[in-house]
This record gives sequence, structure tokens and C-alpha cells, in this order.
Amino acid sequence: MGYRWVRMSSMKVIVCVKQIPDPALPGELDSSTNTLKRDGKLILDESDSYGVEMALQLVDAAGGGEVALVSMAPNDEMSGMRTALAMGAAQGLLVSDPALAGSDALTTAKVLAAAVQRLGGADLVLAGTESSDGYTGTVPEQMAEVLGLPSVTFAKKVTVDGSTLKVDRQTEAGYDEVTCPLPALVSVTAGVVEPRYPSFKGIMAAKSKPVETVTAADLGVTPVGWEGSGQAVASVEQAPAREAGTIIEDDGESFGKIVEYLETIKVI
Amino acid sequence: MGISNIWVFSQESNGTATSGTLELLTQARSLGGTVTAFVGGDASAIAGVLGEYGAAKVYATGDLGGALPGAAVASAMKAVIDGGDSPDLILFPQNYEGRDVMSRLSVKVDRTVLTNNVAVAVDGDTVTVTTPVFGGNTLVSTSFSGSAPYLAAFRPKSFAAESAGGGAAEVVAAPVPDLGSTGGATVTAVHVEESTGPKLDEADVVVSGGRGLGEADKFAMVDDLAKILKGAAGASRAIVDAGWVPYSMQVGQTGKVVKPNVYIAAGISGATQHMVGMKGAKNIIAINKDAEAPIFGVADLGIIGDVHKVLPKLIEALQARG
Repeated sequence: MGYRWVRMSSMKVIVCVKQIPDPALPGELDSSTNTLKRDGKLILDESDSYGVEMALQLVDAAGGGEVALVSMAPNDEMSGMRTALAMGAAQGLLVSDPALAGSDALTTAKVLAAAVQRLGGADLVLAGTESSDGYTGTVPEQMAEVLGLPSVTFAKKVTVDGSTLKVDRQTEAGYDEVTCPLPALVSVTAGVVEPRYPSFKGIMAAKSKPVETVTAADLGVTPVGWEGSGQAVASVEQAPAREAGTIIEDDGESFGKIVEYLETIKVI
Repeated sequence: MGISNIWVFSQESNGTATSGTLELLTQARSLGGTVTAFVGGDASAIAGVLGEYGAAKVYATGDLGGALPGAAVASAMKAVIDGGDSPDLILFPQNYEGRDVMSRLSVKVDRTVLTNNVAVAVDGDTVTVTTPVFGGNTLVSTSFSGSAPYLAAFRPKSFAAESAGGGAAEVVAAPVPDLGSTGGATVTAVHVEESTGPKLDEADVVVSGGRGLGEADKFAMVDDLAKILKGAAGASRAIVDAGWVPYSMQVGQTGKVVKPNVYIAAGISGATQHMVGMKGAKNIIAINKDAEAPIFGVADLGIIGDVHKVLPKLIEALQARG
């Protein structure tokens, strides 16, 4: 086995990508474990395409370097990673291991952090703020702590000036300008950049790009899965439904119904 | 042992405790045991109100000097825990700072975190939290296993804040230790994008626009309607991501949670992401041209129609009333 890659220049960026069930399909809980089903075909989480694009742009701006991917998914699933490789990432490391089923966010963070270390670390680790399917939203900051890195979450603009990051970070009221030394971890919000569509050439090239597949044990992370998870689902129930409302087709006069409704509830 | 020592990660805004902080303090009080507030920053302005809502003690890091709170506050919490005051349960608000602090702390104490919750129950040593999934149609309750401390985050407005009539709490310094390689992220400038009128998460009327508006300029209709109804304008994630309006206007999972008297959704299909931020509204009016849009599933009044036709007429009719 073994492959070599040549480091052109300074900036090395590792992007965490999640491969998720197609969000266009309705989500389902596994009836035996009460956790999200993730065993079908997976795609690149759209929230992670922003991180991939930002990594490619930062490496371009640095005048060279490389973008690598880390991901954790069942069944050696790598179709979502191939999408990111087709966009321009150079290589990937996939952690796929039946023992990881049922892992909580903390275990996931430990596994991904170990994957980053196996790739030799990076100047910058990028992640989405939260996945589109589980949206726990803690993994990036947990990874930073495991890796011993400073972090900036909710970045909506990122530039690199020498060994310092400059980030516009979203807040409840607006945004903050933040500086942070490298190496660091940054989680980016959706819409931070416009992700490129993979070109035909990129898609063809992606097929031969190296993706190494390892287990949690290969990375030395234990315990994992249900055993390592500090939580157990106790019950699942349907939320009380709202009473069915009145749904009408607009006939050009339906605005009147809204006015009436607002009068009834004394808003006007 | 039971759950006897409960901490609440407490935040200040404009010189007073945030509403989320008071909600969590109220809930913590109802679970029994001692309630302690942990403040990332200077607590002198809010120690009074924290005590009034049930905190017997307040840990405060002191001014963070611009440091992002994640690493700093988690390190200060860990130092207190190592010093011997070990909480059984820590309640965090589900927002930026809460999320960052709890994530860092979860690694430091090697305990799981449970996020996005709307309820918590304690039975002996067992702590169970509940989170809605799939747009709130399904409630999943999860119990912590292993030993304390248990870390859980709660969405805004999950609990009603009620004063306990307590006096000011004792403030104890919990300084931030040297952060080593995890330090260095520093705020150098603050920008506020809040619009005029009532605040989005406090307004009695909220009018939100989504992708169905077609283009950024059409958001003016949403603004106009919100103004006429003396409400606040909000937005779906789709149009925030598209850059039409600032993030501070986003309603939903990653934005603000609103519970107004009436919520008007214009051209919003009702993705899970959005629904969890507005389903608690007392009255919901939806306008969408797709009869199959999930938003109609929660609407008290749904208009299947084009927002570009319905909104101008509605605005005109309301203006005519004066």
C-alpha cells in the first residue's frame, strides 16, 4: 500500500466531513436502538461543503498546501467524501467500524481528533457548526479540546495573515471580529462561501485519490459505541399534535381571512 | 447521593442576567438541592438577580479580557471541580457560549453532553432529559449513564422564569487558569446588527420570510407587515445563508427561538430547522404556494397561495384600517 503526496507549500488544512442520509428523505429512528438510522446510502452533508470550499480557498490564498478530509461513517461509506475530493481535496481518512455504532458526540470527537493526528495534524482544522441530521453541534469544540487547540466557532468569514487567523464570528446580536493563533480549529457557518460544483475532471480525478480506511482500534480510541456512550435513550413518544388549522386556497381575497383572524386574536 | 449540587452556566447581557439564565435557575431550583450560578466574566452587576432566582452561590471568572468563553470558562469550571466542589448536574443554555463551554468541559471531565433539550427530570440518581426531533413531532428522552457531572443544554423558553424572592448570592472568584495551547482566541471588535422595533425573541408578533419570497428585495414586504403589526421581522435559514438578511434575524434551531402571540410565515416551507424555532407560537399563520409544505401541518390558518399576491393586499388592507 502506501502512497506519497508532495507538500507544495505552507498551509495544510484538514476538513471534517459528515456523510449523512439524504435530508430530502424523511428521517427515521431505528426501532431497536432509538437512534437515527444511518445505514443507507450517504451523501456529503451540505453544511460541510462550505468547510471544504473554504479550505480550498485558504490553501489557494496561501500559495499552496493541501486539503485533507477526515470522516466517520458506517459500512466503509465514502460517496460523500468522493464529492469533497472531486471539489479538490487531496486525500481522505475514513474511520469506519461497526464498534462505533451508537457513539455519542464526545466519542465522535475523540475519533475524529485521532484521525486528524494520524494525518500528521494541520495548520487549520475546519468543521461545520453542526450536522444537518443530528445537530448536536458540540463535536468541533470538543475536537479542539482533545487536540489542545484554540478554536473559533460560528465563523462567517475567515482569512489567514501569517500565523494568525482573522475571523468574523456570528453572535446573537451581530458579529465579533476575532483573532486566533495557528494551529487552530474553526467551525464555519453555512453560506460562508459558495461551494464549487465538482467539475467532470474533478469527479474523474477523485476516483483515484487516496482514501485510507481505519477502525477506532487502529486509532487507539476506546471504548467506543454504545459502551463508550454516557447516555441511553429512555423513551420515545409522539409530541402532542397541534389542533388542525384551517387551510384555504388563495382566491385573491384570502388576505381578508388573515385580517379576520388577526381581529379574532385581538392583534388588530 | 441524589442530585444535590446543580450548577447553571449564567450569562449577562446589558447589565442584567439573560432570560435564559433565569429560566434555567428557576428549573434548577425545582429539581431540589443547592443551585450555583457560574458566570464567565464579572458578576457584580447580576449577583442580586441570580440570588433572587435561586442561586445560593455565584462563581465568577472575572473579566475575560476579550477571550472567547469556550476554553476560558470551561477551564475555570474544571479548576473549581478539581478543587473539590463537584456538581452533579450542570445546565447550559443552548446558545453559542453555552455550547462552546459545555463542549470543552465535556472533554475535560470526560462526560457526554446532551443538547437541544426542552425538559429535565430527576429521579433519585437518574437524570433524564427530553429533546424533540423531526421538527418536534417526536420526543426522545435520554438518561445519563455513568457518574456525574451530567452536562445538558436547553433551548430558550423551555421553562418559565419565576423569582424565588431570594437575596443576593455570595460571589466566589473562580479565576481562569493558564490556557496553554488552547488559549489565544480573542475578540478585537464587536458589531451589532440589531434592527429597530421590538426584539425578535420578545416581540408579540413575528413576521418571517423564506425562500418563497424569490429575491432579497421582496423581504421589504415582510418588514412592512412586521412594522404595521408592531412586530419583529424574522427569516428562515435558507435566506440568511443566501445573504438576504443578517443572521441575527434567523428563526430556528441555529437561530432564535420565538414564542410570540402570532407568527406569520411567508414563503417558508417549514424545514425541521425552522419549525423548532417557532412551533411554540400561540397562533401560526402560513402563506405558501406549495399545498404540501410542512408548515401547514402546524398552521392555525394556512393560505395556499403566492406571497407576492397575498402580502401586498394584506398590507394594503391593514394600512387602510389606519
